[in-house]
Amino acid sequence: MTAPLHDTPADADPTEDVAPAAGAGVRKVEGRTLKQIAWNRLKRDKVALAGGVTVLLLVLVAVFAPLVVGLLGHPPDEFHQEELEDLTNLPKGAFGGMSGDFLFGVEPNKGRDIFSRVVYGARISLLVAFLAAVVAVVLGTIFGIVAGYFGGWIDALISRVMDVLLAFPQLLFIISLVSVLPDELLGLRDNGVRIAVLVMVIGFFGWPYVGRIVRGQTLSLREREYVEAARSLGGGQRHILFRELLPNLVAPVTVYATLMIPTNILTEAALSFLGAGVLPPTASWGSMLRDALGTYEHDPMFMVFPGLAIFVAVLAFNLFGDGLRDALDPKGTR
Amino acid sequence: MPTGSSKRRLTAGAALVVATALTASACGGDSDGEGNGKGAGYNAGIGKVANKSTKKGGTLRFVAKQDLDSADPQRAYFGMTWDFMRYYTRTLVTYDTKPGAASNKLVPDMATSTAKISNGGKTYTYTLRDGLTWEDGSKLTSKDIKYGIERIWATKVITGGPAYLQKALDPKREYKGPYEDKTEDKLGLDAIKTPDDKTIVFNLAKPNGDFEYMLAMPSGSPVKASKDTGAKYTQRPFSSGPYKFKEYKANQKIELVRNTEWKKSSDPVRPALPDRITVSISKNLEENDKRLMAGDYDIDMNGTGMTQSGRTTAFQKHKDSVDNMETDFVRYVALVTKAKPFDDIHCRKAVFYATDFAGLQKTRGGKVAAGDIATSVFPKAIKGHDDAYDPYGIRKRAGKPDLAKAKDELKKCGKPGGFSTKLTARNDQTGEVEAATALQEQLKKVGINAQIATFSGADSSNLTGSPAVTKKRGYGMVMTGWGPDFPTGQGFGQPLWDSRFIAENGNYNEAQISDPKIDKLFDDAIGTTDLNKAGDLYKKLNKRILDDAVWMPFLYEKNITWRSPRTTNVYSAAAYSGRYDYVSLGVNDKK
Repeated sequence: MTAPLHDTPADADPTEDVAPAAGAGVRKVEGRTLKQIAWNRLKRDKVALAGGVTVLLLVLVAVFAPLVVGLLGHPPDEFHQEELEDLTNLPKGAFGGMSGDFLFGVEPNKGRDIFSRVVYGARISLLVAFLAAVVAVVLGTIFGIVAGYFGGWIDALISRVMDVLLAFPQLLFIISLVSVLPDELLGLRDNGVRIAVLVMVIGFFGWPYVGRIVRGQTLSLREREYVEAARSLGGGQRHILFRELLPNLVAPVTVYATLMIPTNILTEAALSFLGAGVLPPTASWGSMLRDALGTYEHDPMFMVFPGLAIFVAVLAFNLFGDGLRDALDPKGTR
Repeated sequence: MPTGSSKRRLTAGAALVVATALTASACGGDSDGEGNGKGAGYNAGIGKVANKSTKKGGTLRFVAKQDLDSADPQRAYFGMTWDFMRYYTRTLVTYDTKPGAASNKLVPDMATSTAKISNGGKTYTYTLRDGLTWEDGSKLTSKDIKYGIERIWATKVITGGPAYLQKALDPKREYKGPYEDKTEDKLGLDAIKTPDDKTIVFNLAKPNGDFEYMLAMPSGSPVKASKDTGAKYTQRPFSSGPYKFKEYKANQKIELVRNTEWKKSSDPVRPALPDRITVSISKNLEENDKRLMAGDYDIDMNGTGMTQSGRTTAFQKHKDSVDNMETDFVRYVALVTKAKPFDDIHCRKAVFYATDFAGLQKTRGGKVAAGDIATSVFPKAIKGHDDAYDPYGIRKRAGKPDLAKAKDELKKCGKPGGFSTKLTARNDQTGEVEAATALQEQLKKVGINAQIATFSGADSSNLTGSPAVTKKRGYGMVMTGWGPDFPTGQGFGQPLWDSRFIAENGNYNEAQISDPKIDKLFDDAIGTTDLNKAGDLYKKLNKRILDDAVWMPFLYEKNITWRSPRTTNVYSAAAYSGRYDYVSLGVNDKK
């Protein structure tokens, strides 16, 4: 890790990092990398750190879901109908059947463990959100940099395509797409198809956001002296694009990717809610919310937990992303 | 019949569209039901009449999630529409206005008696009552009945209704319908004769013991030729019953008022108690339940039962105003006999043994809200129903599975470790995907891995209703539900199990049962006019289907239904799938 060489005072003005106070030779001035500077700033941003830690926890829970559920819950698809009332089919006991055995209670009608399903739901949500962000970033960076650097008709073409995509009714498109999808596609089956489609579609409709930012940055960067210098020294276009411009785009792209993940989590949840997500019995937060709709008046806890999961995940990613932006972008105001 | 039945099936489990659900309780009524009187008691409308009364006057207020499929008697196929139509249409014979299974008996309506059958069961003759009138006061004659029935043939204009009468009278469809009829009076159909204004004679192509049931459907109603507006007739049907349309706004509201030309002396069936009947159509089921409980409406016209949320509140606060009614719906799983490994009877039997029927029942709402575990292929009110025959011991084990026997059967079919298949469920049918998920989890215990495929009910006729698509997509098990068009073995089961009903599209013999013995049993049962004899044959059919393990019933569906305390003469009628008999209802105040 790029630990800072010198401690900075906690109350220091953030701009000090870039130009440390030349305090009459008290400290030796050393150059710092962007990473070091950013880490320093991030470390001081407690809210962002809390977000980051939550994100890390969520990722760990998702990765080690079988372990977590093995310790604290029941298999996510297992029915426990003995936990339900005879007449109403609602969980026995208060708060949706919460107990030491069933931490978040059980579902009405089926009696599945809500805790286990929230934990497994994190896998789908995060997987789809991460991969879709990757797709969006890759596409957005490539098209954005090309549009910004070459300009002219290439820029016009790519920009219009981005406009069209931004205006596209994404949700409606996915819902109708899912209903006509075959069960097998490119060697994938069933849920594999659904996840792949969610990733590709959410990513595909997300790239113009990244693309616009990258294009804008590229437009200003390509006029910089070091690019001029590289060009005059005979650097090829590929060299300039990927060696000179791309490294300087890493910061905004990273920030945007982090901020894109919570949006993707919400989109995935909305699609699952509308029945266009993963297939049953696979748990996802959105489909849990939909299942909870029918009984929300009499068993609100079933709606609370997946709702809370979405809320926490989205908030954590947003806080972390905001902190990261502040840390990476010295000119930005807090 | 296939296409139409699919519509009836759609109504069965009313779809809870997410979008509408999202707006739930946006303007909630007072669910405490203040200002409501006390109900007549839990199940007071089951097997007996709740709030018996002959008091006339007042407004009966229906609420409905779904509008009538058509107000045109020849185009309607929903059971609830048939129930509602008795307000303004009459038929030669109709269902008795009695609670429960007694309603399945046919009684004369416009005719003076049930049919005089002659010519070896091929000729049905009716004489009409005196004093039959249209809403404009003109006399209703046998020719109006013939004209109404002829409209069934005009399938280019008159779409959606059942075709039973056409198939029984003119199976080759030689007649082209009244709109293409070259005769002067448009009465060119040879199979129906009207020797005078009060006599009507039907000549069947071959005997069909259920023919009178076909005439009791609203498609056997009269239509006055001069008032026939073709496809637009649904907007303003011309009444022959005690009520007529004052207003009909499709998907919004219906208002019926008294037809002053209708003579009580000509109609032994309809008490015609309220002065006015209104139907408010509103998509939000949860909200409708709330407003019923708040006293804003009296009865849910769709009659598909309260939502889980609604019935929980009703049980907690107004148990006196609900009935737990037995519908004629059977929930089932068809095992596709053309799909591997279900071509092997032992693999099919393994499913019968591995299924936890009690678990499926619980998942759909439990014994009260979902219904009893089914072990017969026929619903309880149909002759041929036989709960005593239980070859898989399901009743004996109280619905629990027998995993040892299931594994045994798997060995016998050469799949000791289980197998993979696909199970379909309709995602707009309340509880169906949930039940499929439960079945998937149950079958997993013996190694049968059933992947669930879901689609909307409207798509099912092109998916599970197409043997080619079923094969292409590898569907092995089809979970769905079915109710009869009329309460006999033929009216329930022929589309489901007769190999001659397998169609390229809109096929309901999802299991693709192709068994000459079953086909023969249908022919024999239909050929007799003795309903008890037919019932015995249908019992044999029940045994044959179960022994062959091709069609697995799992639930005789029940509903929890609301009746407002002010509604009188309320009873559940088997003839209308357990719905209240609308034509008998009244109200006990002047509101």
